[in-house]
Amino acid sequence: MSKRRVIPGFGLSLGFTITYLSLIILIPLAALFLKAGGAGWDEWAGLLTSPRVLAAAKLTFGASAAAAGVSVVFGLLVTWVLVRYEFPGRRLLDAMVDLPFALPTAVAGITLCAIYAPNGWVGEWLAKWGIQAAYNWTGVFIALTFIGFPFVVRTLQPVMEDLGREIEEAAATLGANRWQVFSRVVLPLLVPALITGFTLAFARAIGEYGSVIFISGNLPMKTEILPLLIVAQLEQFRYEGAAVIAAAMLIISFLLLFLINLLQRRLDWQNR
Amino acid sequence: MSVRNVTTESAPIRAVLITVAVGFLTLFLLMPLFAVFIEALRRGWEVFLASLYEDAAWSAVKLTLLTAAIAVPLNTLFGIAAAWAVTKHRFKGRALLLSLIDLPFAVSPVIAGLVWVLLFGAKGWFGPWLAEHDIKIIFAVPGIVIATVFITFPFVARELIPLMESQGTDQEEAAVTLGARGWQIFRRVTLPNIKWGLLYGVLLCNARAMGEFGAVSVVSGHIRGQTNTLPLHIEVLYNEYQFSAAFACATLLAFLALFTLGMKSVVEHFSGHVGKGH
Repeated sequence: MSKRRVIPGFGLSLGFTITYLSLIILIPLAALFLKAGGAGWDEWAGLLTSPRVLAAAKLTFGASAAAAGVSVVFGLLVTWVLVRYEFPGRRLLDAMVDLPFALPTAVAGITLCAIYAPNGWVGEWLAKWGIQAAYNWTGVFIALTFIGFPFVVRTLQPVMEDLGREIEEAAATLGANRWQVFSRVVLPLLVPALITGFTLAFARAIGEYGSVIFISGNLPMKTEILPLLIVAQLEQFRYEGAAVIAAAMLIISFLLLFLINLLQRRLDWQNR
Repeated sequence: MSVRNVTTESAPIRAVLITVAVGFLTLFLLMPLFAVFIEALRRGWEVFLASLYEDAAWSAVKLTLLTAAIAVPLNTLFGIAAAWAVTKHRFKGRALLLSLIDLPFAVSPVIAGLVWVLLFGAKGWFGPWLAEHDIKIIFAVPGIVIATVFITFPFVARELIPLMESQGTDQEEAAVTLGARGWQIFRRVTLPNIKWGLLYGVLLCNARAMGEFGAVSVVSGHIRGQTNTLPLHIEVLYNEYQFSAAFACATLLAFLALFTLGMKSVVEHFSGHVGKGH
């Protein structure tokens, strides 16, 4: 080695990092994939095409995508208001955006039930209009939006804060009205962050458990989410079935994160 | 007015946007928070306090504290070591290591519990061996601890890495030139620079450790008074229709969340920088 490392502690810190990472994360995950791989093609195909799993997958991915989509719309609005405008209570609301990160999911779960169940705070009022917001698709969607919303705001906020006003002034000088400035100049610059926020919210929603299972009602074929099916398999001591569903979910999540990384790298490169 | 600010919206539009945003945040974020406390006190202070003084609640609180007391220091140590290796040095596979540290964020809590059942459960890889030696991990306290360690694994590292990356290596290199040794450099040079970020990372890690539900639920077995953490105890009470008691216990975790959020503002105030936490 010709180049000597200047700062000490490289071997020790890297050694500890890799050992700990392997013991806590990599080996257990490898065991999961090994178990799922040992299940054989028939078990995979049979389980993943069973009506109950398909119904759960449809609900999980559908409600997650819808929740992430709504999070993007409201996230954009809320971030814009928090970054651009000055009003009383702004700092408090800004801090409160992180509440879903900090509030334990079980607490969120029972609280959302208390609010949206047919006899709940909002649910009672919605019931008068014939809208049921708990123990069905809508309930799952509400819980996942609650969980995903902060990801969009926190991804968008730094980008929006760094946005120079010069380009907006330039566009206005050239005769663009305010809506044109926003939709043609500002919004395109925010798209990468919006996509990242959507993906983070979506990835989190797919795996979410605690905040959903109370408000979903867990009716087989109707309101079961994928993580709940893993629990159901485990309760019957069907380890392989649990591992197969988990492995399929992980592969989808990892692909998502891989794509988001690629995207970010491309955009970093473009912005350089 | 002769000068118009072209980089903001007209006053009525501003008012509408602010109203909609504040309305959404109030309805969607603040109302659940208020609901926890109001539901907890619905049947009066006596029921509230009795729910907290109950034996099962106490043992749940103790187990929750014990779990956090093991998981948080372990992951803090890891976070510091990982951030030191990754930000103060350049090496092959660094990008891969960074992605691997983020991995647990993409793993469902239920799966974080499942992996340990597959390893140590009755029908898991080491199940028979553990049974032979009369060691219980799954449906016992060790399982709860390792599941929590898995879930809270990246929190400190994720907070420190962007912070230490932005600070570079100049100060540490200067310290080496002046003859400082490894441990001295960390304690006297690096630690003062990262202390607020480190504190926030530890608090986030702790909040998640105490509040984790899915992973712990899979490995716990829900044995009342033995393997129920506070979130699991809340679930049990709720499923038994003891709503006031469930919400009373939930207030403890809601306070923890509020404390964590408050500390974030404090840390931001003192450091002027905080990475984005998940």
